[in-house]
Amino acid sequence: MKVTDIVEKLELKVFSGHEGLGKEVCGGYTSDLLSDVMGHAGAGNAWITIQSHRNVIAIASLRDLSAVILTCGEKPADDTVAQSNEEGIPLLGTGLSTFELSGKLYALIG
Amino acid sequence: MAMNFEYRVEGGDFTHAGYASSQVKKMLKQLGVESTVIKRVVVCLYEAEVNIVAHAWNGVIIITLDADNILMKLTDNGPGIADIELAMQKGYSTASPEVREMGFGAGMGLPNISANADRFVITSEPGRGTSLEITINLNGNAV
Ligand SMILES: Nc1ncnc2c1ncn2[C@@H]1O[C@H](COP(=O)(O)OP(=O)(O)O)[C@@H](O)[C@H]1O
Ligand SMILES: [Mg+2]
Repeated sequence: MKVTDIVEKLELKVFSGHEGLGKEVCGGYTSDLLSDVMGHAGAGNAWITIQSHRNVIAIASLRDLSAVILTCGEKPADDTVAQSNEEGIPLLGTGLSTFELSGKLYALIG
Repeated sequence: MAMNFEYRVEGGDFTHAGYASSQVKKMLKQLGVESTVIKRVVVCLYEAEVNIVAHAWNGVIIITLDADNILMKLTDNGPGIADIELAMQKGYSTASPEVREMGFGAGMGLPNISANADRFVITSEPGRGTSLEITINLNGNAV
């Protein structure tokens, strides 16, 4: 399933990184601890988090993650948006909680 | 033939944290290094780089690449680590509340390096700084 498909099915907002919407989503990882994601996320994972600063995109890029999904209505900082566009990594958002979105994504692709 | 690269890191500069890691990743990708090996290099270098940003004043990263290995030497000026054994324990962190709020400071950085490096040597002089030497075998698929 591609990032565009999960955007549509989970009704996510696309903040930036449109260039990467065709990336394949292979599973997901839910965490707000950056070292946890660094060490344990898998390539192609969609990363679900409330962290909205630009280091999140750096990590997503370094670990070849397919997208970052901000939960609880969290809005990205301006430099996070810029970095996401630069790296072509979709930065998505939802008003749902981390728990709810993780459950929905799991039901979709888990 | 070995190749050398040098990067400078400023303490407190979270905006540029991960720059060296991203440059080194691009280079290894271009050289055709296996993605599982690149992943281990990236985890080690990012954690070590962020530790300079989060815990030290400034530092230098020297990368030496040859046909067999990548050697990452990180030397910083900073407070150093008084008890390395304690610092290596999962969950131990002296990161500030602001740094923790960003999701850094989980105390998993040094354990992550240890788990992903083929060789990891850390030395420190309290009050002066810390040095890391991290080696990862490239399985003969670079340079
Ligand atoms: N370069 C460094 N200079 C000074 N102290 C460091 C350095 N690297 C690590 N430390 C110390 O070791 C602890 C554990 O490091 P780490 O496992 O990376 O966890 P974290 O960075 O999340 O705190 C740090 O909280 C800090 O006290
Ligand atoms: Mg650390």
